Amino acid sequence: MSAPSPMPADLNPRLVKTLDYTGSERLTMNMGPQHPSAHGVFRAILTLEGEQVVAVDAVIGYLHRCHEKLAETLTYAQYPSIASKTDYVAAMTSELAYVMAAERLAKIEVPKRAEYLRVAVAELQRVASHCLWLGTWCMDMGGALGGGATVFLYCIRERELVLDLFESLTGARLLYGFHQVGGVRYDVPEGWAAECRKTIDLIESRILEYEAMLEDNTFFRMRTEGVGVISRELALDVGIGGPLLRASGVAFDLRRAQPYSSYQDFDFNVPVETAGDCFARYQVRMVEFRESIKIVRQILDGLPEGPISSRPGLKSVAQVRVPKGEMYARVEGPRGEVGCYLIGDGGAKPYRMKWRGASFSNLAVLPHIIPGHSVADVVAIMGSVDPVFGEVDR
Amino acid sequence: MTDADIRARIAEFPDAVVGAIDAAIVVTVPVAQWAVFARFAKDTLGCTYFSFLSAVDWKDDNLEVVAWIDQPDSGTAVLMRTRLGVGVTTCPSLVPVYRGAEWMERECFDMFGIHFDGHPDLRRMLLPDDWVGHPLLKSYAVDTPYPPYR
Repeated sequence: MSAPSPMPADLNPRLVKTLDYTGSERLTMNMGPQHPSAHGVFRAILTLEGEQVVAVDAVIGYLHRCHEKLAETLTYAQYPSIASKTDYVAAMTSELAYVMAAERLAKIEVPKRAEYLRVAVAELQRVASHCLWLGTWCMDMGGALGGGATVFLYCIRERELVLDLFESLTGARLLYGFHQVGGVRYDVPEGWAAECRKTIDLIESRILEYEAMLEDNTFFRMRTEGVGVISRELALDVGIGGPLLRASGVAFDLRRAQPYSSYQDFDFNVPVETAGDCFARYQVRMVEFRESIKIVRQILDGLPEGPISSRPGLKSVAQVRVPKGEMYARVEGPRGEVGCYLIGDGGAKPYRMKWRGASFSNLAVLPHIIPGHSVADVVAIMGSVDPVFGEVDR
Repeated sequence: MTDADIRARIAEFPDAVVGAIDAAIVVTVPVAQWAVFARFAKDTLGCTYFSFLSAVDWKDDNLEVVAWIDQPDSGTAVLMRTRLGVGVTTCPSLVPVYRGAEWMERECFDMFGIHFDGHPDLRRMLLPDDWVGHPLLKSYAVDTPYPPYR
């Protein structure tokens, strides 16, 4: 069934075992599907020459649930809570992509207060997601960073505070069902804004601690600087997104390039680095922490009064009327462009939905950058890509 | 190149039908021009960012392949699409133009059974190699049993 591969036989991991032994031994090694650094179920078939990786075949799909087929069987009102299960560590942005696609297709207005709340939760989610990334990545790189789990536990401590905010807002800690077509489902409870200010002030001060801990650490610098370099040209060509793209010198951020929701109302910077290595990706995300906090502050200062949804509460599942047509809505998630290409046929359910997961495209860059690195570097590179496998496999 | 320049250049492309979704440009080209247009978009228009590639099963109206590309400097977005002929399941590959198409086309082959001519390594992407059928085709029922699971 497959077309013949133009990859040289000795570089194709599927063919390596048929090679004659020539004195320099080649080893095929499975990394995963159960591997602590995979952050999910991911199998990389590595071809090694000693410690050095010469080829990698990435195997994904272990978590595949066919979200796209499922979307054809659920109404526009039912699906948003399923969309949150694609990127489950940044559920707020996944839901938003689907809801925005349906709203634009059906030309449904969203009240200003709802748009502000959407941006607030999206940015808090970015902070929570980056906390998880930093913690797990540092744990992957292990003992060099003060006993492995130190940074991880610090970061999880901060992430919990954001999840507490989400819990008091929506009643859920991870998968929220916060967004609905026409607005949002919950308004902020009393005292939430004050609690939110306290939390982001605390996290902002803690970011300084992380930086002091990591950036003066020689081992951290050695393991990240010059490792896993993605060129600007490769980054665009493969279509990686988010912090990875901006660490490779491309100033492309959907919040700025094609503003959605209410991002045009806020003042924030888009950090760009040009080195393209793991350390550059770290630097971009550390600035993003602060920029997200800055946006949340602006929202808390100027949250407009008014309704939170242009539609009544959802009593019936088939309420949303979406006309025939197509729409592509995309948002800048913590990992990059999360997109929903939606085709409506005039019925209560979409005719077709394509989910563009940021992690899928980000992971596709690995086979291009890993060869030439040692196995230990593979772990550092994977962590810097920050894949979430719910979104890769969908 | 500005947004207006890009629109003007696309209008001159032979056999291209131009439309719009919101602010994005929609270009429909014949299958024979699929890879040619992609090359033109990347090299001449500067649409260097590859977002996604997928397909739509229009039942009796055949399969359609769609791809979304961006011009990162001007923020111009282009949705390119092509309709395959009756019963046709082959389409030129975009991998020589955009390397990001490699995984996207594998997924598309996996889900729709579309063979991309010129793809270096067309295997299933998400489903196991022994899977029977292509789930996103409209003819594939949601409750199709897959032994030993039902």
